[in-house]
This record gives sequence, structure tokens and C-alpha cells, in this order.
Amino acid sequence: MMEKYIVGQVGEVPPGGRKIVEVAGRSIGVFNVHGTYYALRNRCPHQAAPLCLGAIKGMAMPCKPAEYIWGREGEILRCPWHGWEFDITTGQSIFNPHKMRVRTYEVTVESADMNTDNPDTDDPSIETYVVGVEAGAIVLHV
Amino acid sequence: MQMQSLRDHSGAHTATALIDCDAHITVPNVEALFPYLPLHWVEHVEQSVFKGASANYYPPRAPVSARPGSIPPDGPAGSSLAFLGAQVLDPLRITAAITNCLYAIDSLHNPEAAVAFARAVNDWQIAEWLDKDPRLRGSIVVPVQLPELAAAEINRVGDHPGFVQVLLPVRSEHPYGSRLFRPLWQAITGHDLVAGIHFGGAPGNPPFPSGWPSYYFEEYAGMAQIFQSQLASIVSEGVFDLFPGTRIALLESGFTWLPAFMWRFDKEWHNLRRLVPWVKHAPSEYIREHVRLTILPLDAPPTPEAMQRTIAQIGGAHMLLFATDYPHQHTADPLDTLLPDLSEADAQRVRSENAREWYKLSPDLA
Repeated sequence: MMEKYIVGQVGEVPPGGRKIVEVAGRSIGVFNVHGTYYALRNRCPHQAAPLCLGAIKGMAMPCKPAEYIWGREGEILRCPWHGWEFDITTGQSIFNPHKMRVRTYEVTVESADMNTDNPDTDDPSIETYVVGVEAGAIVLHV
Repeated sequence: MQMQSLRDHSGAHTATALIDCDAHITVPNVEALFPYLPLHWVEHVEQSVFKGASANYYPPRAPVSARPGSIPPDGPAGSSLAFLGAQVLDPLRITAAITNCLYAIDSLHNPEAAVAFARAVNDWQIAEWLDKDPRLRGSIVVPVQLPELAAAEINRVGDHPGFVQVLLPVRSEHPYGSRLFRPLWQAITGHDLVAGIHFGGAPGNPPFPSGWPSYYFEEYAGMAQIFQSQLASIVSEGVFDLFPGTRIALLESGFTWLPAFMWRFDKEWHNLRRLVPWVKHAPSEYIREHVRLTILPLDAPPTPEAMQRTIAQIGGAHMLLFATDYPHQHTADPLDTLLPDLSEADAQRVRSENAREWYKLSPDLA
């Protein structure tokens, strides 16, 4: 049974930022990647390092020999212990995405007070969710 | 003329094909190359102290170089087609033998000499060996220190049906993954040949990056690390990505060092992949797909059980190629090495099937 936990306000975690939270006995990292929130277990599947404390980087993209292409800036988490790279948006490792991955959790941004921040809405019966960075609660589904 | 056969095979092993992936042929003396050398170089040899390159890396009279009875009356061990036939091919009922001539083209620092002698040795191989015995398949020697010219030599003779391989000494002036060698890999794969990386070499560099060893014993024992460094270079510089058809045979390399090397190579790739982002798979995957190794000489662990674990760790018996290493002698009977400890299916693969696939030999040879 999935439980919802409010773990912060969006203003606390701007694009490129992160917040480490303790929820349901687990340490989880919440990341804002280009305006979208993602959550990963703060435990590297390699040797249990605090993965979510690692550097947020891009990656050297697959390419032809002797050709470097840097890409996905801000989407890759590099483990602080051994440098293993993980895709923040999927939890998959870069070197072996199908077999080596870190647990991910769903994150939503919800207004604590529906519609009050959205005066342009014509139909008050439709629920809307504020996804801007000024207001709203970061909700983790664990 | 006395010829001792390795074994009179009346029973075991005779039912199945056998392919020798490392039989050595030796240029008996520089005069043997005269018919194939430009007159300029014949004159140079006759008028100077230069007598061509060394024909052999090994101490000439040690069994590791010449097993007893293998030295013909008129030349060094390995220089007689009749001896090769009578001592190995006939008694072991070898259906095909990949021949390797270790004539040290790589030691010739005059580029024109290196090219001329490589051409002469290849033409000598064709005329004196490959055209004379249909069981033989040869290895092209090249001036590997000059990759463009090495490629030109491969392009000159690479379509001769007798050649299935290009011989590359494992000791090289630069690591073989270096982009200096792209013309060489292009030519090797363009002619659908195997790159046979063989023990030894005389490039002028010390055999170890830490400097010159004092004793041949050190160099001999330490050669495995040079094979490792070549694999590290070839994988890391993307040879297998640039030339996906690359097939490598490591000759006289041993193979029991390979598991630990692959573990280390894979582990570091997990951490440092971003330094070589064109390496798209774990290094061990590339090695298992593109590399095979001969089984003689064998650095065997102490028990058959340990050997079976090692073979499982390298990826299986499909990685291994039978070889006699004639006329070098490492064991009384090459067929007693490793094969008795394998399952019949695996032994069959090692005896012939792996080699037939790797060297794309026609079915009538295997």
C-alpha cells in the first residue's frame, strides 16, 4: 500500500537541487531535474554508499572512438564512493541499465489548497495541481 | 636423417579433426630469401654485416626452441617442410595447421629493408610452404612498426587463399589499439584475416614499461602482462567498435591469467567508463566475442578442477585453440595438454571446431 508523504515545499528544491529525507525508515533523495521531481533510494546498489549525496552531472554519451560528446547535463548522479553513474530520471545505472539500478519512487507536486493559486481556471469543479516552483508541496509516494 | 614422431596415433584422437593453430616455420638462412629479395638487398647482405633479421626469439638449442630431433641437417628447427609433415602433421593426423614465421621484421629499423624483407618472407612462405602442402595456412608478416606499409603488404598478399592471419608480435613499439594502427586493422579486417598476436617481438622498447629485465627467464614469465596491456589498449581505444569484424588469436599467450585481468578491466570500466564512452559493453564482453587463445604453452593450475573453473571464468572452451607450437617443446605430447580434462564436446571444440570457425577454414580441411 503506497503512502503519501509531504517532504517539503517546491521552493526548497529548485532545478538542479536535491533534498535528502527520511521516510518510512528509508533515506531517500528527492531531485529537481529541469523542473521535474524524481526520487531515488539513498543507497548505492554496489556497496550501500549514500548515493544521493553524489555529484549531479552530465555524462559522456555513447559515441565513436576518440569522439567525446557530453550530454544529459544535470540528469546523472555519480556515486560518491566509486563513481558509478545512475540516471536520476530512471534509477538505471549507465553501465548496465537492465541489471544494475537503484530504487525509484514516484514524486508529485500538489497544492495544499486546490485552485487558490490558479485564478485563470474557468471551471472550478476541475482539480488542478500547481507545478510551478513558487508554491506547492513535494509529495513522495513510498 | 632421423625424424621422431610425437606419437604414433593408432587409436585415440584419430577419429576427429585436429587443427594446429601454432606451427612454426623458420627461414633457414638469409640466402633462402634471395630469390624473393630485390637485388639491392641481396647486394647489401652480401657486402655488409647485415644478414637480415633474427629468425627466432628463443635460445636456439633449448628444447623450448627445438624439441629433440627437430633440427634438420641443413637448417634450424622449423625450417623443413618434410620434418613438419613427418613429425607433427602426419603422426597427429592434423588436418590443417596455421603456420607462424617469427622472422623479426619488427627489428628492422630501416623502413625499406623492413618492407623488402616482409615481402620476401611472405613470397617465400607462399612458394616454399603454402603452395606445397594443402594442409598449411599461413600468417602474413608485416613491418608492423610502419602501419601504413604494413597495410600495403596485407593488401598485396592478403587475398592469397593460403593466408588466414596477420602475425603481430605482442611486444610492439606502440600499443595496438593506438590510432597509429588504424590502417593495419582496416587492412586485416578488410581481407577478413585473423590478427594473430604472438609471444615475443623486437621493437626496441624494453619488454616491460618498468625497464629492461636482466634475464630471458623474466621476460618469458612476464610476457602475459604484455598480452594484457595489448588487450587493454585494443578494447579501450575502440578497435572492436571501429572494426566490428576483428578476430584476434593470442598465440603462446597462456590463458589462465585472463579471468583476473577481465575482472579488473570490468571493474575499472564501471568506475571510469566516461573516459572511454565509445566502449559500450563491459571489456570482458568484447574479449569473449573477439579474442581466442591457444592452449600451448599452458600455465596450468595445479588440479583439473581448478582448470575447469578457469575455463568457465574465461567464458568457456569455445575461447581456446589447439596448438602444438612445433618445433618448440613444452610437453611430451600436445594432445596430453588440457584435452584429456575436457568433456568430449569441449575437447572437440578445442581440437578443431573453434579454429575452423575463427579462421573460416573450408570444411574439407576440418
